[in-house]
Amino acid sequence: MVRRLSRDRLLLLLGLPGALVLVGFHYLPMLGSVIAFQDYQPYLGIGDSQWVGVENFSFLTDGNPEFWNAMVNTLQLTLIQTILVFPVPLALALLLNSLAGERLKRLLQSVLYLPHFLSWVIVVAIFQQMLGNAGTLNTFLVRNDLPTVEIIGTPELFMTLITAQSIWKDAGWGTIIFLAALSRVDEEQYEAAAIDGANGWHRLIHITLPSLRGLFILLLILRLGNSLSVGFEQIILQQGPVGLEASEVLDTWLYNYGILGGGWGVSAAAGLVKGLVGVLLVIGANRLAHAFGERGVYQK
Amino acid sequence: MTTLEQATIGDDTIREPGRGRDRKRPIWMEKPHPATQALKFVTLLIAVALVIVPFWSIIITSLADQQAINDAGGGMLMWPDGLSLDAYQAVLSGGVVTRALLISIAITVIGTLLSLAASAGLAYWLARPGAVGSRPVLMLLLGAVLFSPGIIPTYLVVREFGLLDSYASLVLPVMINAFNVIVMRAFFQELPQELFESAHIDGATPFTVLTRIVLPLSKAVLAVVGLFYAVGYWNAFFNALLYIQTTDKWPMALVLRTFVVNQSAIGGDQVGGSEALPPQLPMQMAILVIAIVPILLVYPFLQRHFAKGVLIGAVKG
Repeated sequence: MVRRLSRDRLLLLLGLPGALVLVGFHYLPMLGSVIAFQDYQPYLGIGDSQWVGVENFSFLTDGNPEFWNAMVNTLQLTLIQTILVFPVPLALALLLNSLAGERLKRLLQSVLYLPHFLSWVIVVAIFQQMLGNAGTLNTFLVRNDLPTVEIIGTPELFMTLITAQSIWKDAGWGTIIFLAALSRVDEEQYEAAAIDGANGWHRLIHITLPSLRGLFILLLILRLGNSLSVGFEQIILQQGPVGLEASEVLDTWLYNYGILGGGWGVSAAAGLVKGLVGVLLVIGANRLAHAFGERGVYQK
Repeated sequence: MTTLEQATIGDDTIREPGRGRDRKRPIWMEKPHPATQALKFVTLLIAVALVIVPFWSIIITSLADQQAINDAGGGMLMWPDGLSLDAYQAVLSGGVVTRALLISIAITVIGTLLSLAASAGLAYWLARPGAVGSRPVLMLLLGAVLFSPGIIPTYLVVREFGLLDSYASLVLPVMINAFNVIVMRAFFQELPQELFESAHIDGATPFTVLTRIVLPLSKAVLAVVGLFYAVGYWNAFFNALLYIQTTDKWPMALVLRTFVVNQSAIGGDQVGGSEALPPQLPMQMAILVIAIVPILLVYPFLQRHFAKGVLIGAVKG
């Protein structure tokens, strides 16, 4: 062991800085989660704060209205986003894939991928400028003597807005993985089907979509594992005009209640529960996928 | 029967001159119905327009002068009218926006270099067969892809390290991206191992092997990973919001939030120059354009590599 250590010492010197950062900022915080069982006071630190057992977890049972509002909003958004956001990249990929011209396809792809690389601050700013009260859309409507629309700042439209932003930012990017899968579908299957009289629609339903099923289930499982995380940056930026009732989700509640409001212990407890639920959801979904004979994320 | 007929007709059409470089429609595929074709093009055209029109409108508005803004009733413009660069001049001549721009550039450059060095070193260690300690560290790395610590515990760690309100808090917590390290490690493992052995026999240290052999052969993966890190640092908002309190230390993301998203008024204190300020809207849009331009500059380069990078990670991960 000592000989191996001395043999590899330069190698260790190269690798250790990265390893230390990884441990310090990924694993040390996991230990910091113990404050979920403390009445944590910043001026006392973890060492001197009082241990309170599972008291911090009482938000789960005592009907903390803010927490449950955030929970309901999170689940609603996840449901809407899974139903609406998920199929858009697939549809776009099928459209792009059916185009004959390679150059046109590449040009379209470069435009559609671009929003993925913009930060949420930029995307939110762009949406405000387009759809806000003095935005491009309303300026256009006023000029043409049409009634204006109030989209930004209407609580009822908040989830629609969030969903539209997610589609705008990532639908194009999401096509990459579908396009890669589509390019692997055996051309001969299409040919054989066509000769047997299957038209384009039949081929789509009976060859293309079934061949994407494994990938689709994989993505769905990953999405499910993340179902309690819905866009912290995106939402925290837009809570002002619509209020917390419509816009609070779990992650923003953790921030607003824990860091801004000083409810450290309770927030850490909620964060811990959230992480555990996420892992359980992935494992559960994966079991389900196996039960239906699919590969899932990992194998048994 | 119909299929056969259509195939024959289709065969004639795809040999038309002027379409030589396009992918040929296979002989068995029907000629697409003109209506379907039109519908496809219109759908894609709308999708592309939804991406491009906002950029266009933002750039045009950032170039508008007072007169043009008044004509538009204080709103966004769609057509150029009375072009002026006053807004850019105002936000770039000293003040909080200029400062934030410099801070963001510095953090992006320094952060990316640190990230690349640390990730390459770590990946190289983990890629050497039988290197001491590489197994458990690899497990830690894979664990970091699956689980991420919560907001509160990470905040506490940054606090305990005394990093609150420091530039280091914008770099250290995101310096190592486990996924990027895994991609690099996969790449290093693909390199011919005989090269390492012969260099080792010739007396080269691991450091020499890394800088003289591995890195020059890995330019492609360094470029991809470096660009991903750089885009991450440039776009970072979450950590800045959490950790930075002093206005003087704001990166671009916080400037964008305050002056563009929350529409706080940009006053004489925030921008340089004491003359009459340009109207607010063009200044806001100028800030937005300044934040987008670096992404646009690296985008052609990113695009050439990223699909490959994503797929390497997906296959090897």
